[in-house]
Amino acid sequence: MTALLSAKGLKKRFGGNEAVKDVSFDVNEGECVVLAGDNGAGKSTVIKMISGVYTPTEGEVHFDGVRLTGKSAEAIRTAGIETIYQDLALADNLDPGLNLYLGREKTRRILGLPFLARDEMRRDAVDVLQSLGIVVPDPTAPVREMSGGQRQAIAIARAIHWQAKLVIMDEPTAALGVPEQREVMALIERLKLKGVGIILISHNLPDIFAAADRIIVLARGVVAGERRPSETNDEEIVRMMMGATL
Amino acid sequence: MLENNGTSFLKSLLNAWSWLFLILILGFFELYAQLETGGTFLFRLYTLQSIAVAASQILLLALGLTLVIVAGHIDLSIAFTTGFSAVVMALVIRFFGPEGGWLTVILALGVGLLAAIVVGLINGWLVAFISVPSFIGTLGTYGIARGVALIVAGGATVSIRSDEAREIGNGIILGFPVPVLVAAVVAIVFSYLLTHTKFGVHTYALGANRASVERAGVDVKKHLVILFVLSALTAGIGGLIYTGRFSAGAANAGEPILLYAVAAVFIGGASLTGGQGTVVGTVIGAIIIAVIQFGLVFSGLPPYWQFVAVGLVIIVAVIVDQSRDRLTGVSS
Repeated sequence: MTALLSAKGLKKRFGGNEAVKDVSFDVNEGECVVLAGDNGAGKSTVIKMISGVYTPTEGEVHFDGVRLTGKSAEAIRTAGIETIYQDLALADNLDPGLNLYLGREKTRRILGLPFLARDEMRRDAVDVLQSLGIVVPDPTAPVREMSGGQRQAIAIARAIHWQAKLVIMDEPTAALGVPEQREVMALIERLKLKGVGIILISHNLPDIFAAADRIIVLARGVVAGERRPSETNDEEIVRMMMGATL
Repeated sequence: MLENNGTSFLKSLLNAWSWLFLILILGFFELYAQLETGGTFLFRLYTLQSIAVAASQILLLALGLTLVIVAGHIDLSIAFTTGFSAVVMALVIRFFGPEGGWLTVILALGVGLLAAIVVGLINGWLVAFISVPSFIGTLGTYGIARGVALIVAGGATVSIRSDEAREIGNGIILGFPVPVLVAAVVAIVFSYLLTHTKFGVHTYALGANRASVERAGVDVKKHLVILFVLSALTAGIGGLIYTGRFSAGAANAGEPILLYAVAAVFIGGASLTGGQGTVVGTVIGAIIIAVIQFGLVFSGLPPYWQFVAVGLVIIVAVIVDQSRDRLTGVSS
């Protein structure tokens, strides 16, 4: 089976500083790969090379059989890789439907003039969110009135509604309370069931063990080790994060 | 997550407060008129027309401004864009003389609007491409538009003699003064733009979170330029009406209205931080201010009290806005 995403020998140099020295890993369909590592280990640089924000100094990324290296961030999104940032990039004053369709709104013509099809977009949002196991109490309310987990779900819904095959999530639980962290973990499970590949960045050990099919530990710009959660424990992961390679 | 009925009642009350306030002051002036003079305040054609004309003057500046404020920006230059357009229109009419008829007036209207569009393009370019904060950028063009208008006008008011132009400012069609009809048409177009089009959604999203529209692939710079051009355009229309009404173009035609226009937008429910506000709200805001203006004159108080009254209403509007934020912001 060929991997959904395959990163080979990624290296990124900023001036004299080598942020990422040599990172290779694969992500399969419906698999959640966690990139774990301490601050400065190179996690963010790696995902930015995948999402097209940075061009790698060396190495390449293949996705769904296509070479992505050197393509623009926009082209990579269109190819099916969606990045969900910590700030979620939601318009807090709009309802879930408009957030789902932002930039690609549906309209219908009345007397030749285009009018936003708010109801239709709202219904679609409710459907997509339902498929993620989220029930929105009031789909006409702006998303600022929703919980952190629900807001995360809207950002994820936007990704999968536009046919993302791989979702990159950057510390999705960092700003959330405990019940909402659980909601996000449940969302990740459902995304996996839909066959979506996930790269999750985290340095929170309980999250890492709860979500990961494979854990890839980065330390000082290289892969310090790769483990399945069943073969390892907190202690070993922390030791690898600190740079004690095994 | 569930709100108790008390909070949601209070919230709808705060959302509708401008309507309530309008009814309240109308009631107040009506009661005053009945008790003091034994006559009516509200139920006279003259009163209604005067209030409507005053409101439409404010509205022509406030409508474009509403869009800019919803997007999280401000346009201070509108006061002098109005004057600039007024002077330019008057100069064109004066140049061709009173024999030119409608042809001259239509040409003058076109050139006057072009003058406004130039100011809007400069504002949009400064904010979108040079990233100048809109408060500073439009304060700069406020000064420039004022100076240029005074220079081309030779430092004086440009009076004209044109029956056609006077018709635009003072004509009445089916009982409705022309300025009111013009403001109503612009209000309907802008209300459609803001509530029913993609452009409107992107304007709200821009006011809430610029990253949300940028990552959705919207050309934010172009959007900002269009917003500032629309704002200048409605202010320019205000200037054309002014020249028609007074048969003269004055560089400071819009100056006294700026405060009222900004106030109308905020009374109408907009927020300084952007992402909120509606055209209907702004219309109510403008009517409230016009009622205060006319009502105070009607009740025989020195006219300067209107500035105090409008200032107070602005402060109330901001307090209402903040309590609304507190009510909606604590739900998560």
